[in-house]
Amino acid sequence: MFSSFFYLLRARGLDTSLNEWLTLIEALDKGLSDSSVTGFYYLSRAILIKSEVDFDKFDEAFLEYFKNIKPSDKLLEELMEWLEHPKEKIEKPLDMERAELNRKLSTTDIEKMFKQRLKEQKEEHNGGSYWVGTKGVSVFGNSGYSPKGIRVGGQSRHRSAFYVAGDRKFRDFRNDNKLDTRQFQVALRHLRQFSNRIDAPKTELDINGTIQKTSNNGGYLKLVYEKPRKNTVKVLLLMDSGGSMQYYSNLCSSLFQAVKKSNHFKDLKIYYFHNCIHPRIYTDPTMKPEQAIDTNWIFHNISSEYKVIMVGDAMMEPFELMRDNYFNYDGATVKMSPMDWLTRLKEKYKHIVWLNPTVRPTYYSSLYETYDILEKKFDMYRLSVKGLELALKKLLVSK
Amino acid sequence: MTKIDNTSFKGTDDYVVSEELMRAVNISIALQKPLLIKGEPGTGKTMLAQAISTTLNKELVIWNIKSTTKAQDGLYVYDVVQRLYDSQFDSKGVDDIKKYVKNGKLGEAFSSTEQVVLLIDEIDKADLEFPNDLLWELDKMEFYIPETKETIQAIQRPIVIITSNAEKELPDAFLRRCIFHYIEFPDQELMKEIVNVHFKDIEENLLQQVMDAFYWIRGLSHIQKKPSTSEIIDWIQALIIGGIEPDKIKEIPYCGVLLKKNEDIDAMRESLGK
Repeated sequence: MFSSFFYLLRARGLDTSLNEWLTLIEALDKGLSDSSVTGFYYLSRAILIKSEVDFDKFDEAFLEYFKNIKPSDKLLEELMEWLEHPKEKIEKPLDMERAELNRKLSTTDIEKMFKQRLKEQKEEHNGGSYWVGTKGVSVFGNSGYSPKGIRVGGQSRHRSAFYVAGDRKFRDFRNDNKLDTRQFQVALRHLRQFSNRIDAPKTELDINGTIQKTSNNGGYLKLVYEKPRKNTVKVLLLMDSGGSMQYYSNLCSSLFQAVKKSNHFKDLKIYYFHNCIHPRIYTDPTMKPEQAIDTNWIFHNISSEYKVIMVGDAMMEPFELMRDNYFNYDGATVKMSPMDWLTRLKEKYKHIVWLNPTVRPTYYSSLYETYDILEKKFDMYRLSVKGLELALKKLLVSK
Repeated sequence: MTKIDNTSFKGTDDYVVSEELMRAVNISIALQKPLLIKGEPGTGKTMLAQAISTTLNKELVIWNIKSTTKAQDGLYVYDVVQRLYDSQFDSKGVDDIKKYVKNGKLGEAFSSTEQVVLLIDEIDKADLEFPNDLLWELDKMEFYIPETKETIQAIQRPIVIITSNAEKELPDAFLRRCIFHYIEFPDQELMKEIVNVHFKDIEENLLQQVMDAFYWIRGLSHIQKKPSTSEIIDWIQALIIGGIEPDKIKEIPYCGVLLKKNEDIDAMRESLGK
């Protein structure tokens, strides 16, 4: 019975377990579907789906499963049987009006009417995607829709399952879609390593220490406190700004906000660069000359225990990545290309990942050469919730 | 089914509930599983438990979760330090452990002889492991206190409502045991109903203008913190007190009530063409 729906949900990537499915069967047995497909839609969604992120996938699967069934299909009969099922058990129907309506019609009448209306509607509407929800429900006196799907009774929010599912208004919640700061924040919480070697007051009772001291104290209680365990992760965020990155400014700003708000890091430093690391790096995304600091300063002052997150599209003229810049290093003029800077960065910081807001297009452009080079050099991840999670995992393990 | 009917939840005079939410609540009551509520801030997640408790005339037990809350806190607290101190000064009853074991909110809900509504508010605030620590307790509605060798079992299974702001993802094992509902932001029609609950005699014209302006602001793409239900209510209050004419509402007076960030106010003004 219906188990193919269960497998369809799983095939569509919904992580529905057998337990939840059994709960749904139990609920149907108890008559919680409200004798309607709409009721069945909400019931199965509430029990089987545990995140608004998956609502859209569920809507899709629900439509796919129930939309194209012919009225004469066995499945539909089975469905009807299920929906009628509770009637046998209940002595007193919920609603007198509904009972009256039901009493006047025999079950076969209802089914006949139901199928007939379905046929009509199929001809009038494109694909007849509303059929069961609208008509079936109204015959059972539940939701009260006219054939054209206009509400004639009940509340405006009382919509048929197919209308609701067909709406697919949870599309925005899918996690392959654009994301907000909060989701990033959630992901960033994974970035933590606890230790009690921190500068904090001793506020937690040390049980073992207390027992030890109390014993030494001749049985008289002596309390010992210790420092709480806190996150010790330090983060250095380097963001590409300006130029081609403008397209991704919203996405990057979400990430920036999330990192800023994540107050669980022991320390957080944020700097900006343009396209690639040059001898000068900036403290502000506008990259005005007065905000520039020597990139060398970073190497001298930010210790290697920092975990580095680079954000950039890694796309520039190959020439820009490889050309040599002359600059004054410790009193002597040395030659270093942006690529050399990146190598130096990678050598110093063992934990470093690259987040890229874009994917590499398949067509050829000289701009993608640098993408390929940098992708080989760094652990590069897509700037999305999934990608960020993977990147953060990478940051936590030592190579 | 008749049993559900007796205890069916239909919203209250001051809490307008959507059809879907009502279904979800009744499903969770009938299946005796916790109801997990998610949704945008200001959509009345916490209010729901209050409304259920009022409608069904049951006592409401609220367990507010904070970042420091541990699962154990909800079950019982064994005040071992107090007992140690007491033992130093020969206080009476030190040998009675029960004196130092106090029920937490969950314990309170279990021990009640009447069925209660238990609200576990903002479960995502706590540590990532927190929900997992409550699996058995919420499933079986019982827990064991090793100190007193007692098992506390729910006399009446409480109706459990859990709210979450999705700050953290909840563990799968926990989710599988819940009924889930996502409160969508109310559409105009539902919002009007909600507003009517708070302002009984509001003029239709004023209300429509407010709705248009409010949903226009929510629709602006570069607003970071969208105004929610509580903000529209405050705003209408401000408009009424300020005696603003309905046709002036288009200019969004008192926008500080709706938008809490300077950037948002600037963005809104820009869109307004000021």
